[in-house]
Amino acid sequence: MSAQLQVDKVTVSFDGFRALNDLTLHLEAGELRCIVGPNGAGKTTLMDIITGKTRPDVGTVTFEGKDITRFAEHEIVALGIGRKFQRPTVFPGHTVFENLELTSHGPKGVFKMLFARLTADQRQAIEKTLELIGLTDHATRLAGLLSHGQKQWLEIGMLLIQQPKLLLVDEPVAGMTQQEIERTEEILSGLAGAHTVVVVEHDMDFVRSIAQKVTVLHEGSVLAEGQMSDVQNDPKVVEVYLGA
Amino acid sequence: MSPAKPTKAVPTLAGFAAARPLHWNSWVAGVVCLVVGVIIPVLNVGPSPRSAFHISDFFVTLVGKLTCYGIVAVAMDLVWGYAGVLSLCHAVFFALGGYAMGMYLMRAIGTEGNYRSLLPDFMVFLDWKELPWYWEGFNRFGFAMAMALIVPGVVAFIFGFFAFRSRIGGVYFSIVTQALTYAAMLLFFRNATGFGGNNGLTDFKRILGYPLREPSTRAALCAITGLALGLTYALCRYIIGSRAGRVMTAMRDAEAKVRFSGYDPVAYKLFAWTVSAMLCGLAGALYVPQVGIINPSEMQPSSSVEIAIWVAVGGRGTLAGAILGAFLVNGAKSWLTVAFPTAWLYFLGVLFVVVTLVVPGGIVESFSGLLKGGGFLTKYFGGLGVKRAAAGPETAAAAPVSTGGPGVGEEQEQP
Ligand SMILES: Nc1ncnc2c1ncn2[C@@H]1O[C@H](COP(=O)(O)OP(=O)(O)OP(=O)(O)O)[C@@H](O)[C@H]1O
Ligand SMILES: [Mg+2]
Repeated sequence: MSAQLQVDKVTVSFDGFRALNDLTLHLEAGELRCIVGPNGAGKTTLMDIITGKTRPDVGTVTFEGKDITRFAEHEIVALGIGRKFQRPTVFPGHTVFENLELTSHGPKGVFKMLFARLTADQRQAIEKTLELIGLTDHATRLAGLLSHGQKQWLEIGMLLIQQPKLLLVDEPVAGMTQQEIERTEEILSGLAGAHTVVVVEHDMDFVRSIAQKVTVLHEGSVLAEGQMSDVQNDPKVVEVYLGA
Repeated sequence: MSPAKPTKAVPTLAGFAAARPLHWNSWVAGVVCLVVGVIIPVLNVGPSPRSAFHISDFFVTLVGKLTCYGIVAVAMDLVWGYAGVLSLCHAVFFALGGYAMGMYLMRAIGTEGNYRSLLPDFMVFLDWKELPWYWEGFNRFGFAMAMALIVPGVVAFIFGFFAFRSRIGGVYFSIVTQALTYAAMLLFFRNATGFGGNNGLTDFKRILGYPLREPSTRAALCAITGLALGLTYALCRYIIGSRAGRVMTAMRDAEAKVRFSGYDPVAYKLFAWTVSAMLCGLAGALYVPQVGIINPSEMQPSSSVEIAIWVAVGGRGTLAGAILGAFLVNGAKSWLTVAFPTAWLYFLGVLFVVVTLVVPGGIVESFSGLLKGGGFLTKYFGGLGVKRAAAGPETAAAAPVSTGGPGVGEEQEQP
């Protein structure tokens, strides 16, 4: 069986600088993959490529057998790929509840949305998500007024409620307390299996505790890939990253 | 909605950014519509001209005209205040609607023109022998009315489709719309275009058989315009209150995030943009029989900028504020252009600068701020003695909330 997501030989340059260099990455359905690498290694750029924010100069992205390299962002979302940004991005002028409503699973066309009411299922999903991310008491607050950590949670909630098949999560625990980090671990580990999860993270303890398989990026290419214990002892990796 | 929590003490600026209707907005709009649609026409037609309650014909026409501007302002607020797209070509859509109605009114003159011809006077003057094909059908009122909506709608749709699809946004979009305005104006100035050149269309006699000179016809037109404003307001209020409306405001605040939430911003912008253009066409069609003329000067680039000023002065993203802004600025204009003809433009410029610098939320916000005890006026005059607490640190925290164009999401993503 071919992998659920295939990034094949992708190169992206910004003004001659190669942010991704002939990068190939395959993900099986249901796997939980951590991507690590020093600053500027190209981790965020990789997510930009998968979600259609940036177009590769060379190479293809295939999801469930479909070539999505040239798809628009919202079409990629519709196929079931969701993303959490590195810096928390929520809709600051909408309430927490509305933020979740906006990202709810369901039709997204303008004419449908003109007449759409929240279904009982959607409402229930929002309430469940609010509870999961611990923001039930803040449901009617404007998202722009939340603390940094709460915005992180809200964005995770917004991602979960889309019910994507593949979740791309960029540095989810930055700015979280130890307790919150553990909670995030729980949630992400719980998702794997039914969903494919890709986590970019600098926090190595966090990676160690959730990782099944780790990919190390360096200067836009894959430096090493495998189980955390193997990767950790790889001399190349130790040199550029973990040893630091 | 989930149960209201006490946290609902929404600070004014954040309330504005959230596009959460200030509860009295619909009241304001309703009262304006009642006054324009019922009270003024009745007081014009009812009491004898010597009665203290009588309202002059001049005033009726003025109010009818201002109400047309009010419709344009609401339409502008929908696309700018809520969808975040600043159009500087709304005057073109307005004029297109006006021309469609003007064409009907020209044909309705029949053979009563100066040349006693079935052709409009300007065509006789240009020595044209027959009607151009695109004048066909405009002898029917229903057709002309439909065209007043459809033509601006189609122009807006085609233009918007290409602009939004190529992700022309923010100030670039506004500049392109100014270019469109200029091109349209030049086109309509030409005699060969077939719309009366720089004189435009005028000397109308009657609408649906009713003489346009009759005060009762004018009063009826004023009443209909008031009703149209009410319907426009209700339509826009419905749109922004719908889930689609929340997507629009989200798009205004963080377009990239909206894309990654699975929405196509092109569709949402195009919808708001096209609806807005059609409403302008409606306003133009109501305007022309009341003022009795339509010519290309309505399409001046500066007219489109003025529309944005009405909305900014009234308060962006409130709908009712747009109506108030249109009435206030144009009421002042009617007076100042007579009293101080040369100073009018300076006044407009100063007004715009003062509003953007001192009350960026427009008059609506400063008044609601006064009531809630948080706004600009309060700083100087105190809060009418009502609760001041609501606008604590939260107001400050909400201040950076951007209502600007696209790209906000991208900004957030940058390291
Ligand atoms: N839009 C862009 N234009 C120009 N250069 C870019 C752009 N996006 C990314 N880069 C560059 O590409 C490189 C890879 O960036 P990327 O954000 O993918 O790194 P990262 O691995 O996510 O780093 P971090 O750990 O700091 O988040 C960096 O050197 C960055 O400056
Ligand atoms: Mg990054």
